[in-house]
Amino acid sequence: MFDFLPQLPLADWVDDFTAWITSTFSFIFNPIRNQFGDFMSWTADQLSSIPAVIIILLVAVLAFFITGKRFGLAIFSIVGLILVYNQGLWDELMYTFTLVLISSLLSVIIGVPVGILMSKSKVVEAIMLPILDFMQTMPAFVYLIPAVAFFSIGMVPGVFASLIFATPPTVRFTNLGIRQVSTELVEAAEAFGSTGFQRLFKVELPMAKGTIMAGINQTVMLALSMVVIASMIGAPGLGRPVLSALQRAQAGPGFVAGLSIVILAIIIDRITQNLNKSKS
Amino acid sequence: MPIIEVKSLSKVFGKNVKESLQLLDDGKKKDEILKQTGDTVGVNRVSFEVEQGEVFVIMGLSGSGKSTLIRLVNRLIEPTEGSVMIDGENLASMNKEDLRRVRREKLSMVFQNFGLFPFRTILENAEYGLEVQGIDKKERAEKAKNALDLVGLGDYINQYPNQLSGGMQQRVGLARALANDPEVLLMDEAFSALDPLIRKDMQDELLELQQKMKKTILFITHDLDEALRIGDRIALMKDGSIVQIGTPEDILVNPANDYVERFVEDVDRSKVLTAENIMRRPETINIDKHGPRVALERMGEEGLSSIYVTDSKRMLKGYVTAEDASRARKNEIRDLNEILKTDVPTVERDKPMQEIFELIHDSPVPIAVVDDGKLVGIIIRGSILAALAGESEVQVNV
Repeated sequence: MFDFLPQLPLADWVDDFTAWITSTFSFIFNPIRNQFGDFMSWTADQLSSIPAVIIILLVAVLAFFITGKRFGLAIFSIVGLILVYNQGLWDELMYTFTLVLISSLLSVIIGVPVGILMSKSKVVEAIMLPILDFMQTMPAFVYLIPAVAFFSIGMVPGVFASLIFATPPTVRFTNLGIRQVSTELVEAAEAFGSTGFQRLFKVELPMAKGTIMAGINQTVMLALSMVVIASMIGAPGLGRPVLSALQRAQAGPGFVAGLSIVILAIIIDRITQNLNKSKS
Repeated sequence: MPIIEVKSLSKVFGKNVKESLQLLDDGKKKDEILKQTGDTVGVNRVSFEVEQGEVFVIMGLSGSGKSTLIRLVNRLIEPTEGSVMIDGENLASMNKEDLRRVRREKLSMVFQNFGLFPFRTILENAEYGLEVQGIDKKERAEKAKNALDLVGLGDYINQYPNQLSGGMQQRVGLARALANDPEVLLMDEAFSALDPLIRKDMQDELLELQQKMKKTILFITHDLDEALRIGDRIALMKDGSIVQIGTPEDILVNPANDYVERFVEDVDRSKVLTAENIMRRPETINIDKHGPRVALERMGEEGLSSIYVTDSKRMLKGYVTAEDASRARKNEIRDLNEILKTDVPTVERDKPMQEIFELIHDSPVPIAVVDDGKLVGIIIRGSILAALAGESEVQVNV
């Protein structure tokens, strides 16, 4: 229909752009890949070196207290984690956990300030909203390609891809939470002569905490869902057995690895949710 | 010098502010400007002054601009035009740092829905104004505790706002406002969210506190009874402008226009009007010059059954009845003193009308209104009825 229009070389442009970024910023990417990659492997190794029984007990105790001294989640954690251990996926679990932990932390460190900026400025909000939409709707696989170009393969590009994919909820919910603080409370803060920072830290952030925590919970869940995908670019963890089971059409091992991810997801989800409840 | 001095203060919400201001100058109305420019006039060229220690009430229905006005006074809303002098400093034109300083030291605000921070304890809430000033923990806790004691909440300092009733929450709001010892209290519909009985209590308590503290209070309300109860002076607002400023009596007795009149129609006038508002000019005779004959003549002319007697300095001496006077004439008594009755029902000028009802019910003669012993007026049953009916002939004799 639109034959008179020549096909735009959009793909070529993106290729060129990616190549340009890769070569121009390699002085940043390379050290990140090396240092950060080493740091992550080190963290995961440390976690793996702790005897499983100690970790399981720690998680159970944490679950017990954070759910308001109820046994449900604690028992689930013990049974679930022992099952993962029993299936020989403990080291993978530790790698996945490291990946989720670090990418979630980075998401929060980046996401909360961006969300605050959005809530304070209409311009920033207008710019960020379409970017966030883009980040969330673009199929997650697509991020893997430049990630590999920038950071080669392994954990670091996994974190990078997960960061893009999982940060938006934290940003959105932070923005939303601060904007939802009732006008009267903001006025009260202003009327008593608060500075901008006092207003933010003494009134707005405490008021928005519940909403922000809900966003962080979402972020953690998305980061976890990225784990399987990140295994396609060589990130170690529970995604690997899933991927290899898929490639070999082995339903059994695939299910076992998938189940381990579910167990981890439930434990993390319930703990982060209750973190929010118990404090508010 | 007045502590708050607002001069031709305006606020226009919208995009064509200049045009709208021009239209305001041309005398256009709020809805005409909305139609023409799409702008909403919040406050239109408002001027008033509040003296140190005064309770100044701004009253109006919703949409009259009163909430906008109070927020212009502490610049929570940026004024479009005009000036707000607080204690000699123009708030409207000062920089942010000065504005913060004035807000911290001179102005405090109490909010309609209390504006308490739910994640802070009562004490921490009351401390807020001091905390942002960087006052050290011990001192601010002490000051906040004092303020809470003042409003009767000293025992609740470790509770959270949602554990308290509405009335108590607003006391916390008040304590927070008082904790940093401001010169001016801004109260935005502070008692409107409370139920009527609690509201009355809070009004009384505020007046009681005011006796002790002598703050300057700018109070916003939509409730005329509340305004009349607590206001030293009242400003009535409509469509962003002040329609009338005056004492409660002024507003009730001399409404500036139909709008004010309609507004005050339903008020229980007996609570507000005082003896001097309803008294009439007395017919008197002079005890030093006149005798029973003159007394009788006067009573005949005016169709009275008794007449008040004063001396040359208009000091009230008593009254004589027509009966006694005619008997005295028959018996050729010349001296009024012999028939003078002194059991006169008297009230001071500022006696509320409500308290006069009973007196007049039991009295055979009109009630004498006195000022330092001088007779200044009389009250008959008819004038009370007229005042209650809101008849226009009731005048303020100032």
